[in-house]
Amino acid sequence: MQEECLLTMRGIDKRFPGVLALNGVDFTLRSGEIHALMGENGAGKSTLIKVLTGVYQMDGGEIRLGGEKIVIRSPEDAQNNGISTVYQEITLCPNLTVSENMFIGRKSGLLIRHKDRERRADEILRRLGIPARSTQLLGNCSLAVQQMVAIARAVDMQCKVLILDEPTSSLDDNEVQMLFKLMRDLRGQGVGIIFVTHFLEQVYEVSDRITVLRNGELVGEYLTEELPQVQLVSKMIGKELEELSSLGDSEDGKIMEQEVFYEAKGLSSTEAMPFDFTIRKGEVNGFTGLLGSGRSESVRAIFGADKVNGGTVTIKGKPVKISRPVDAMKHGIGYLAEDRKRDGIIADLSVRENIILALQVMDGIFKPIRRSESEAFADEYIKALNIKTASRETPVGSLSGGNQQKVILARWLLTHPEYLILDEPTRGIDVGTKLEIQKLVRKLSEEGMSVTFISSEVEEMLRTCSRLIVMRDRHIVGELTGNDLNQTQVMKTIAGGEA
Amino acid sequence: MKKIGRKRFRGGLGQLTIPIIAIAILAVFNLIRDPGFFEIGIAHNSDGNAVLSGNIISIINGASELAILAIGMTLVTAACGGQDISVGAAAAIAGSVFVKVLKSVPTVNGGTVLFAFVFACVVAMLFGAFNGILVAVFRIQPMIATLILYTCGRSIAYWINGGATPTIASPILSAIGGFIPGIPLPTPVIIVVAMAILFKLLFHFTSLELFTQSVGINGAAARLNGINPTLIKLLSFVLLGVCVSVSGCIGVSRLGLINHETLLLDIEMDTILAVAIGGNSLGGGRFKIGGSILGAYVIQTLTITLYAMKVSSTNVKAYKAVVIVLLVVMGSPVVKKRFSSFITRLSENRRKGLAKGAEE
Repeated sequence: MQEECLLTMRGIDKRFPGVLALNGVDFTLRSGEIHALMGENGAGKSTLIKVLTGVYQMDGGEIRLGGEKIVIRSPEDAQNNGISTVYQEITLCPNLTVSENMFIGRKSGLLIRHKDRERRADEILRRLGIPARSTQLLGNCSLAVQQMVAIARAVDMQCKVLILDEPTSSLDDNEVQMLFKLMRDLRGQGVGIIFVTHFLEQVYEVSDRITVLRNGELVGEYLTEELPQVQLVSKMIGKELEELSSLGDSEDGKIMEQEVFYEAKGLSSTEAMPFDFTIRKGEVNGFTGLLGSGRSESVRAIFGADKVNGGTVTIKGKPVKISRPVDAMKHGIGYLAEDRKRDGIIADLSVRENIILALQVMDGIFKPIRRSESEAFADEYIKALNIKTASRETPVGSLSGGNQQKVILARWLLTHPEYLILDEPTRGIDVGTKLEIQKLVRKLSEEGMSVTFISSEVEEMLRTCSRLIVMRDRHIVGELTGNDLNQTQVMKTIAGGEA
Repeated sequence: MKKIGRKRFRGGLGQLTIPIIAIAILAVFNLIRDPGFFEIGIAHNSDGNAVLSGNIISIINGASELAILAIGMTLVTAACGGQDISVGAAAAIAGSVFVKVLKSVPTVNGGTVLFAFVFACVVAMLFGAFNGILVAVFRIQPMIATLILYTCGRSIAYWINGGATPTIASPILSAIGGFIPGIPLPTPVIIVVAMAILFKLLFHFTSLELFTQSVGINGAAARLNGINPTLIKLLSFVLLGVCVSVSGCIGVSRLGLINHETLLLDIEMDTILAVAIGGNSLGGGRFKIGGSILGAYVIQTLTITLYAMKVSSTNVKAYKAVVIVLLVVMGSPVVKKRFSSFITRLSENRRKGLAKGAEE
């Protein structure tokens, strides 16, 4: 590893209306290193990245590249300076070929020689070990390969600094390994890589150095090997971690004596195969399985989010019909959807309006909640869930991911549901908020609320749920309770070993 | 994160800034051009009533139909992210029905006029529902869906009265289209105020505003929160139908006849423009009814100003276009953003200056 400073950012300030998003942050990137940028949501990671890539203009501080002071006014400026970014969402065009995607929007003569481009693209792909052909349609490649093509595009533009913003969030383990190999190769070629992620294990696997931000301020820069994982987490959330382990086991036995709140027999929807499901009062259970195994589809059927085809449902022993979300809501069921942006937040509406939305729907269109009342509700939940927002009238779209999630949680809690379905409530949010949400789930269940919890992180499910329903290929393949609730057993059941 | 300064973003431009600035500029321009432009006089109309007259009165009077249509169009725009281009044609239908009913009753009196209006209103609401079903249920783009009624609406209006352009003279109609004896303000202006209050009350006593905005911003999320987006979109078209029938009946009452070819001709584009000038996003979502009404008055002020400058009616449209380009650019996100950051910088400099002064 070379010790030469490639990029230095000194005293970076960035102000947003009512909020100081970055306060004198320093960041140093050396060439030939993978540098993880860590912090909770709202810590300023994305803001720092956006200042560096010209999406935002900084309000103070300076950026030097290779010792020379540079001014970045636009994403083009950043690119011309050799700073390239690959975002979480793939921003290429799926209906163009790989080579077209690699060269699109780049200065070239009027006449394009397709053959030359394809040859050049193939050469780069081969050199980087990316399993794709230049003539393939990008949309036909797997997500990981698409991501790698995006990186290849950046690399071919002579980038010195490569920013990877949550590149692994939609990849499976094999794909992550492919990506890491590519990252290591690029490091060998002297590229400085800034790696933004929420996955701690991945940071330890691939990065050389870690910079931690908290509340828009620099906490420190550390060599990865000298910073134990527990310490990293406590630096990120700014408190010691004894709380993390205090999420102890609850008394599982008592749950089984409680009355059954919801029971479905042969419930099916346009998206979900018939399945049986019960949940007791105060119980926390979960659906687990790989992506696409039918976990989300099952809970959507319970909530009536997709068209229900068949099956019988009883709530507290009484048969009911739930065919639309509003039916479920009237029976005391709340549902926090998997895709926060698409199915959760109403981005342009204020935090207040987002919080009261579900309650207002249940009250009906002819009984509007009074302004003063809605303000009181919003203030109450902003405080209770510790939502970080400039004010209750701030558009929810301008909040960080974790805080948006809390707003939606508040929306459902305000309806005082008896049964709350949380589909991936902790995806893409920081450790601190994750922990808060897990604690909240525990607290709610102690108060008698039933909760179904879905998470891609098995560890999190084990910590939160007392019963796990395992799905594979759209069918329930097992149910784990008590002593079977451990990582090995879950993995075995998911994989189809003896359960 | 740390809070700095005030709660609200002081540099931010409110939604109503552009229409208010536009009216102010037009007013100043007219004052310089002709100080008598804003004079309000008292005239006596043919019935011998003392009524207000002057350019201001003809502006707010002339913009009435446009303002009422703009109210409904704002709702459709907010819920569906698209516009209804059939409002002019639908108003011709409503007007024809209004006249047809009045022609078929033995006497024209208060009761029968009300009955004819309610009848016209129901018909317009049905046509609104037709558009609404195409948009909300079949998910056809609003402009394409309403193109159908835009094309055939005036033919339907033609059939209703068998091709004729019947006249209908009645003191009640001239009171609706002109002045109520004893009240110096034109009745259409009073109707605009009544409609604005009606919608304000609708938003006060229901949560339609919140639901409409939710559907317009994120329909999928609104559905998962128990809102029925289909119903909300349909409802917006039906409410626009109410506005359509009110403007159609005002139009008929002004002239005392129905001309299916010319009644509120080309008003749909001005309506959409009024919504846009009012600072509402034509892509749906957040809206302000007041903005659209102001937008309607801006358009009418512009027209009257040009006429007052003796611009011929053929040329008026070209001059209007120039001003409207300016307004739309002023209201564009790019200019707004530039302007806000300019204001922020100014206030920051001032704060720094103050701090310096305090140190000294």
